[in-house]
Amino acid sequence: MSEQDKDIIVCRCEDLTLADVKRLISKGYRTLDELRRIGRLGMGPCQGKTCRALVQRELQAAGTPLKHQLPGTYRPPTRPITLGSIAAGSSEEASKDAQ
Amino acid sequence: MHSSAEVVVIGGGVNGVAIAYELAKRGCTDVVVLERDYLASGATGRCGAGVRQQWGTEMNLRMSIASVKRFETMNEDLDYDGDIEFKQGGYLLLAYTPAGWEQFQKNVNLQRSFGLGVKLCTPAEAREIVPHLNTEGLLGATFNQTDGHCNPFHVTDAYAQAARRLGVKIYTNTEVLGIRRGGAGEGRIVGVKTTGGYIATPVVVNAAGGWSKDIAAMAGVDIPTYSERHQILVTEPVAPMQGPMVMSFHHHIYCQQTPHGSFIMGLGDAAEKPGYSSRSTWQFAEEMAQKITWLLPPLKGIRVVRQWAGLYNMTPDRTPILGAVPEVPGLFLAVGFSGHGFMLAPMTGVLLAESVLGLPASLPIEKMDLGRFARGELFDEPSVV
Repeated sequence: MSEQDKDIIVCRCEDLTLADVKRLISKGYRTLDELRRIGRLGMGPCQGKTCRALVQRELQAAGTPLKHQLPGTYRPPTRPITLGSIAAGSSEEASKDAQ
Repeated sequence: MHSSAEVVVIGGGVNGVAIAYELAKRGCTDVVVLERDYLASGATGRCGAGVRQQWGTEMNLRMSIASVKRFETMNEDLDYDGDIEFKQGGYLLLAYTPAGWEQFQKNVNLQRSFGLGVKLCTPAEAREIVPHLNTEGLLGATFNQTDGHCNPFHVTDAYAQAARRLGVKIYTNTEVLGIRRGGAGEGRIVGVKTTGGYIATPVVVNAAGGWSKDIAAMAGVDIPTYSERHQILVTEPVAPMQGPMVMSFHHHIYCQQTPHGSFIMGLGDAAEKPGYSSRSTWQFAEEMAQKITWLLPPLKGIRVVRQWAGLYNMTPDRTPILGAVPEVPGLFLAVGFSGHGFMLAPMTGVLLAESVLGLPASLPIEKMDLGRFARGELFDEPSVV
């Protein structure tokens, strides 16, 4: 781990650096889902659309080849949406608006 | 893999690792934990992360009060290199019907008798605690400041790391295929067959969460647990605006802002059938959004970033089943937490370790045994979402 790693942001949603990622991997977490749960990596609004590939490269460097890496879980919604929009979208009023 | 162990714990959720740690702490270090997937991959990592003491029955109350004491000093006690993120912002429970309010008053009397400083609040007082609460139709509320939130992944990690330091072996990605019984006459536990090999052991602790019934069946015991999907969603983080968990049994919902800033909220669906599905549905997102934006209107503008589901492992009286199974010597249960396994885990660990090792019990765990269903000595916990 180099000093520079502390300045390289890997997960932009949760402000995690390359140094953070390497530290978690060195502790034995070797799947995207484990890293997400323990370190919030990819837990933000984008669900890891940027950081996953970067983290997979680090996992490979740490000894888990890409072909042996489990894919991480993506959950709904695809993009963040306000509670107000979801609530209104299912009301009769909103249905009338759509017609 | 180990070919033998003094104790095999099945399930790498918070309860499994807490039990393993408490066993090792009491000198029983030859312990193996088996987890099919990875630690906290089941109900622990999917729960609402709430820590509540306002229960309506004696044992849930006593276990949760003692568990909170342990959460308060857990970072130090387990010498954790992270932070379990314990926040004691309280729980505000809302009553909307005369029957609900009457039940709350009974609960509070019981809670106070065990030393919990719970307040009965008028709607106006509830609004002082949560200023953005819509009090329409509200009859009253109860508030307990020392309830709160804790990070389930980190608590599991803290117990797992501490257990490993004491010599416990944790095998992830290892599934239990069968449990062997033998010996003359009594048919006690003799070993566990796994995808990683056979482990000879005289003691098995079933802490398999949503799959507790299947594991018990492998040991030849039929237990009255069943699993039920419950759904949750989480929002983007926003500036701190809500101290306590807000919970309404009338609407079957709960909602809390975590120290991270996100809101976690969930809903119990009375129409949910027993099963093992943990898929999330858009119907949940709609109903949740409608109910919560009515109850806590400023949440309208906050974005949902994820929704998911997990399994409640239910019992007929919505109270866990703990301790030995007399008909199968060597088999112990820590199952059926009915949606509150995380918050009770610190005391579950202690009580199961004491039970396995034959030590004096810190709490009357015998009241929570499997035999209570045959005896008809049920708890009937009224306060579950």
